[in-house]
Amino acid sequence: MKILVCISHVPDTTTKIKFIDGKSLDTAGVQWIINPWDELALTRALELKESSNGLIDHVSVITVGGPDTEPTIRKALAIGADSAIRVNAAAGDTFFVAYQVAEAIKNSGFDIILAGIDSCDFNGSSFGSMLGEFLSITSVSSVSGVNFNGNDISVDREIDGGKEILSCPVPFVAIVQKGITKEPRIPSMRGIMTARTKPLAVVEPVACEALTEFLSFELPKHKASCRMVDPENVKELVELLRNEAKVI
Amino acid sequence: MSILIYAESREGMFKKSVFELASYAAAVAKMMNSQAIALVTGNPGQEEMKKLGNYGISKILSFYDESVKVFDSAICCQVIEAVVKKENCPLVIFQHNNTGKALAPRLSARLKAGLVTAVISLPESTKPFIVTKKVYTAKAFARVAIKTQVKILTLSQNSYMLTESKTDPAIEQFSIQLDKSQLKISVKEVQLLTGKILLTDAEIVVSGGRGMRGPENWQPIIDLAEALGAATACSRPVSDEGWRPHTEHVGQTGKIIAPNLYIACGISGAIQHMGGVGSAKVVVAINKDKDAPIFEIADYGIVGDVFKVLPELISAVKEHKAK
Amino acid sequence: MDFELTEEQKMIQQAARDFAQRDLITDVIERDTKAEFPTQHVKKLAELGFLGMLTGVKYDGGGMDTVSYVLAMEEISKIDSSVAVIMSVNNSLVNHGLEHYCTEAQKEKYLKPLARGEVIGAFLLSEPEAGSDATSQRTTAEDKGDYYLVNGTKNWITNANSASTYILIAQTHPELKHKGINALIVEKNSPGITLGPHEDKMGMRSSDTHSVMFNDVKVPKENRIGEDGFGFKFAMKTLEGGRIGIAAQALGIASGAYERALKYSKERKAFGTEIFNHQSVCFKLAEMAIRIEAARLLTLKAAWLKDQEQPYGTASAMAKYWAAETAMWVTTEAVQIHGGYGYVKEYHVERLMREAKLTQIYEGTSEIQKIIVGRAICDQA
Repeated sequence: MKILVCISHVPDTTTKIKFIDGKSLDTAGVQWIINPWDELALTRALELKESSNGLIDHVSVITVGGPDTEPTIRKALAIGADSAIRVNAAAGDTFFVAYQVAEAIKNSGFDIILAGIDSCDFNGSSFGSMLGEFLSITSVSSVSGVNFNGNDISVDREIDGGKEILSCPVPFVAIVQKGITKEPRIPSMRGIMTARTKPLAVVEPVACEALTEFLSFELPKHKASCRMVDPENVKELVELLRNEAKVI
Repeated sequence: MSILIYAESREGMFKKSVFELASYAAAVAKMMNSQAIALVTGNPGQEEMKKLGNYGISKILSFYDESVKVFDSAICCQVIEAVVKKENCPLVIFQHNNTGKALAPRLSARLKAGLVTAVISLPESTKPFIVTKKVYTAKAFARVAIKTQVKILTLSQNSYMLTESKTDPAIEQFSIQLDKSQLKISVKEVQLLTGKILLTDAEIVVSGGRGMRGPENWQPIIDLAEALGAATACSRPVSDEGWRPHTEHVGQTGKIIAPNLYIACGISGAIQHMGGVGSAKVVVAINKDKDAPIFEIADYGIVGDVFKVLPELISAVKEHKAK
Repeated sequence: MDFELTEEQKMIQQAARDFAQRDLITDVIERDTKAEFPTQHVKKLAELGFLGMLTGVKYDGGGMDTVSYVLAMEEISKIDSSVAVIMSVNNSLVNHGLEHYCTEAQKEKYLKPLARGEVIGAFLLSEPEAGSDATSQRTTAEDKGDYYLVNGTKNWITNANSASTYILIAQTHPELKHKGINALIVEKNSPGITLGPHEDKMGMRSSDTHSVMFNDVKVPKENRIGEDGFGFKFAMKTLEGGRIGIAAQALGIASGAYERALKYSKERKAFGTEIFNHQSVCFKLAEMAIRIEAARLLTLKAAWLKDQEQPYGTASAMAKYWAAETAMWVTTEAVQIHGGYGYVKEYHVERLMREAKLTQIYEGTSEIQKIIVGRAICDQA
């Protein structure tokens, strides 16, 4: 079986977000990383491969982006993916990206496709479900576990107040969130050295138009300053929360 | 031509956020000289469904297929698509929650309809259709235009006020022949955490950070939450260390919440944590370090030892509740 | 000239940073307080390949260049020098010597497990009476035909307890002075080896340092490194490379303290503004940044020379001297910027200050580095 992990190239989560004329992200000094949820998905994919007794023999990653995204792809290869695909197009909206990925892999026979539930740039939370629809396969959202029981695959789906354990025949898209694995894997020295020799296929995009357009960006207004309460007079806080903020 | 909301029910009930969604849809409908209607799939009963009428929903389509025992986004989208076609809907709105995140994108791909998720306010204009959403994990906002005829939104929780406007909605049974060949998944087991207030639903959240020093010191957090009728949460280091379950982790890569009141105890407020609580209405911070960044986003702050402040706060809250 | 790091070098730097900031930070203060060996972290260090990163792929190492090693050492030392020194001893003192001066059989038996990180190594040079003056070795390795009989005491041995493989420097032909010294590979579990108590150190308390006593320890002849009498030259060559590791460590201590001080100065307010806005603090931070950048350039230059297989002894002495002095100065000033908070453990900078002190002392004191540089510039004139 083969697993595909869809990764997105995003600014590091500690980035101080600034915009140029409110039109585009000021990328000066920005460090680019694998989207954190995608990195968890990749880590889980590798754990599954390692514990599958050969049932899973290949983990691949895909991204849609220009040549500037290649260091991010190489990192995924260094972490342990066996091969990578880059669709050579500036990422439009999520519809565009999901469509490109679907077109690039539709005949590749991936059994399990993993995607992060959200991305920390545009917070679309929509890629995985769109991909499922484009491929006409099941998509399961809010997944906090993917496990093998013999040859059967079960998927844990978070629901309000708990989780469902689903039986899920391949192929499917699992849209994963925190809990899928403990922490993202750090690439080993060996992994870093071999990343360059692993196959990275660059494919050209197909015609597709984005359905939405980002017009402008702005930063949130600064909050009024914090009102300090004396630690010796905690009762005052309760009074304020009741009478001023009216939240209790 | 009607604006459609997907009104999710659980155990025969709507949550408050569904009524927020209804209020929002009614307001958008007014902007578009249209009306707001709802699709309900969980069979919550006439009386509960009628409640949507209090928030401006003028018609309710109820779909229920007993044979479908599991939520599957592809199956559910068949129903929504049929409603969109029948009612000629130019706009479909979901909650930005687990269900909405599963359905809205699938429907978008199916209908080639532009989707904007995590919208925080009414459209600034409907022609062209422009909405504002959170981006960079609530560190910024973006104005986004949808260019297609049919449009889809998901609405961020707690971002629109409940607005009452009495209507007497007609309730119609809606039925289509489902293509069940698409249904592949089945539920093997359901594990529920009972008796706890859900973090994502909670009006009040009490959260602990590394400043709590260890899992054995969590009782004051739990007690304060109990006194306030609040849910408990924690920061990332706490869940990473295994002091608390990851389901309690609030932050950029954990849960994004928007309660009315968020009380951060011993949380310094790393930028990633703020990403998870940026939408809280009122933030209270208790921290011994007066320079902790959490005070920059807090509305009320106490600089002091959490282990001294919390017991006093608990008794003050109990006293207040007793009044 | 090219100051741009390669994609791999950046990835290694990031991997080390993630490991340090995610794993090491969690218990660094506790381990320092309890002087507890970082067993779990060393295991992970091995898994990630840091313990053998400089050794060639042929011998199961990572095959990384010295520049990458400096980058990784800096990141790890920003958080935890005790772990960094374990990595440094393994890579630059033990593995390097084994790879460059040993026979294939010796490499097969000893280098490979070390490079894989399955076992760790220790380098036994210092003696109670011979620190900087390494020529006056009193530990003897008497030639008994097919084995050496070792007697004596070695001091301040990093990894003494946790290591399985020792590289021992000992005197075989006292009459030949330093030309009679040999380097031997000794298995730690050999009969006759005992350890002194764990040294209760000022800093780097989580690394295990002991004295090691040899009492009629038999070491097979085949475990000698190089020709008879090669030991002193071997030790000096090895230390040349070791200095790069310690320079990188000192650089990390300095930049770790600087980063904390900078962050603190932008959070802490005094007289109505963040203390960074006070010139006395701002100038201090600027000077830290300048000195650290100089230390980084010197260290990377030495690493680059080594990678180019050019002589790097003087460059590594300059780098080690400057980085160690910078670490001491920067950490002291970082404590000062933190004020009272700097003096308590929770804020890390006092620990970095204690760690910095050792970088001025071990693997050649600052004074020894000046002797090396002094001799080199004298020869040039």
